[in-house]
Amino acid sequence: MREINIHPILQFSHGKELKFTFDGKTMKAYEGETVAMALYRSGIDIFSESPKLHRPRGMFCAIGKCSSCMMRVNGIPNVRTCILPVREEMVVEKHEGFGKLPDYIEKFAEPFEINKEVAIIGSGPAGLSAAITFKEFGIKALIIEENPQLGGQLIKQTHKFFGSEKEKAGTRGFEIARDLIKNIENSSIDYITNSTAFAIDENKIGVFRNNQYMKIYTKYLLIATGAAEKMIPFPGNDIPGVFGAGAAQTLMNVFGIKPGRSVLMIGAGNVGLIVSYQLLQAGIEVKAVVEAMPTIGGYFVHAAKLRRFGVPILTSTTIKEVRGNLRVEKAITISIDKKFKEIPGTEIEWNVDTVCLSTGLIPSVNLLAQAGCKLKYVTSLGGFVPVRNKDFQTTNKNIFVAGDVTGIEEASTAILEGHIAALAILEKMGLKTKKLKIESIKNLNNLRGSPFSKKIIEGLKEVECE
Amino acid sequence: MSNYLKYGYLEVKDVVSFPSLKMITKHPVVVSECIQEIPCNPCVTSCQFQAISMEGINGIPVINFEKCSGCGKCVSICPGLALFLIGIKGKKGLVTLPFEMLPVPLKGEKVYLLDRKGKEIGQGDVLRVIFPDKSTKSAVITVSFDNIELIKSVRNIRSLK
Ligand SMILES: Cc1cc2nc3c(=O)[nH]c(=O)nc-3n(C[C@H](O)[C@H](O)[C@H](O)COP(=O)(O)OP(=O)(O)OC[C@H]3O[C@@H](n4cnc5c(N)ncnc54)[C@H](O)[C@@H]3O)c2cc1C
Repeated sequence: MREINIHPILQFSHGKELKFTFDGKTMKAYEGETVAMALYRSGIDIFSESPKLHRPRGMFCAIGKCSSCMMRVNGIPNVRTCILPVREEMVVEKHEGFGKLPDYIEKFAEPFEINKEVAIIGSGPAGLSAAITFKEFGIKALIIEENPQLGGQLIKQTHKFFGSEKEKAGTRGFEIARDLIKNIENSSIDYITNSTAFAIDENKIGVFRNNQYMKIYTKYLLIATGAAEKMIPFPGNDIPGVFGAGAAQTLMNVFGIKPGRSVLMIGAGNVGLIVSYQLLQAGIEVKAVVEAMPTIGGYFVHAAKLRRFGVPILTSTTIKEVRGNLRVEKAITISIDKKFKEIPGTEIEWNVDTVCLSTGLIPSVNLLAQAGCKLKYVTSLGGFVPVRNKDFQTTNKNIFVAGDVTGIEEASTAILEGHIAALAILEKMGLKTKKLKIESIKNLNNLRGSPFSKKIIEGLKEVECE
Repeated sequence: MSNYLKYGYLEVKDVVSFPSLKMITKHPVVVSECIQEIPCNPCVTSCQFQAISMEGINGIPVINFEKCSGCGKCVSICPGLALFLIGIKGKKGLVTLPFEMLPVPLKGEKVYLLDRKGKEIGQGDVLRVIFPDKSTKSAVITVSFDNIELIKSVRNIRSLK
């Protein structure tokens, strides 16, 4: 019922049909689809209830970073259904409160142990590019990825990327991802998907995968866990139908599902502008994009693409409230003055069933914090980021970082950072990579030559150590 | 503060430069609406005629109208969809634009002409459609219309249906 049937850029093919139950009702899913996606496709908006006030909850991030889609699956509460692939006969239920463990739990299988010289957590462009670099030097790294697919955020970018030929400019993001993934699959690089790394203890990583606990012993670790979308405070921000813009992208560009009929986008940075345009491509109405700042933050050309289709972009405007019973029914925006104070009487009411937030990303540094790597708060990089040197080595000398987890930037920089971090690790292993590494660091600095990167360069000065 | 960053579209006067009418009577010529320094240069590298130049990768594309052959390769590759061809053929104005929506209009079809704000400013005929190829996946569409003035404003189209 929420199927995208035709799309100007993408073709969707579905796996074989599976059946599972949701609160006792039989539901249909396609093989390869996650539980949350299958439910949403069939028109289900409400996945859980808030523990105290029993307010309905839908999904928010759709990439396994938040807790909005947690349900009871085969008796186990608090399972992130947005990244859990449907299996035949699965039993899925909404749970109340914090969720109770069942009386009887099937014993988890004995943990098994793996030894690896290098492990990479996260298979976005940063992680994949690092794995390919290791391979080129004859080292087989292990990639650990919690989503069912490799590729991170890159698999859902349907627009053409900027850059030069070297960065495959003019190629669409998902095609860059497809090439990286092909390279990984064809070269017998080891990877495990549906696998969440949840703890790091010296040279051990704890990973959970399909009820199986794994201990991965490794000498070097590269953390490339990406970023999560920010939630902002306003009344009704928890009503089902309020999504991260990236979630809307996952729904439509990865799974071919319409996130809604009519959308209000909050935030006119690149993510907000690009996702709005992609919503139009999926045949969804975008009522407006609102932006609290007095000017558009994303690239002008992305804004111009939207305006040409008549989508207004309202600057100096913010979201005041979202209303709706079981799903978003209305959104109210309001103009703000130079001091970001609301101007009474300037409210606009929008009849929308979906509100997308594209108000920034936060680096996913949880594992780094837990591993004791030093972090620092840098506003222009998106929040807490790891202190590191030019080699992307953290204060824990065997842990390296790359990509959005080091500060919010782009896939093109993530790819280079993964490459540089891998070269630095290889250098520590005694391989001759120094020249290549220095050259790549130069390329990275070149990519940051535009006025848009000024703030990032300032921010980097605060976290880069010797 | 420049208005285009407040509203998200250019006024005709904001466009850096247009070729002369005489020039575009011979054949269509590219105009650029890429006005910010962003790290991007496929327009430069895709042009066989060296008609587009840029200072470093972060420069703004500068068009040598004399050298432009009007082939439209840059229109289909530009990641920002910010290049257009304008021309005059007989008594008609021509605009060639990238198009990434469905349905792709067909040759001969009548369409609404839209300006940079998506406002209807007339009707035109689809003169040529280059369907998306495997790599670019943007269609490139040429529309013709009676009011030659509109070559400076038509930047999108919508099916009459
Ligand atoms: C709408 C939008 C448009 C964009 N447009 C562009 C563009 O035009 N050009 C450009 O260059 N960039 C663009 N980007 C940015 C680009 O997608 C990101 O910068 C890039 O994907 C970051 O790469 P990454 O490898 O650091 O992280 P990600 O791609 O986020 O990948 C991180 C991976 O780590 C996994 N992971 C996280 N935690 C764990 C864990 N504990 N255990 C196991 N796995 C884990 C995640 O599941 C994920 O797959 C865009 C982004 C968005 C959202």
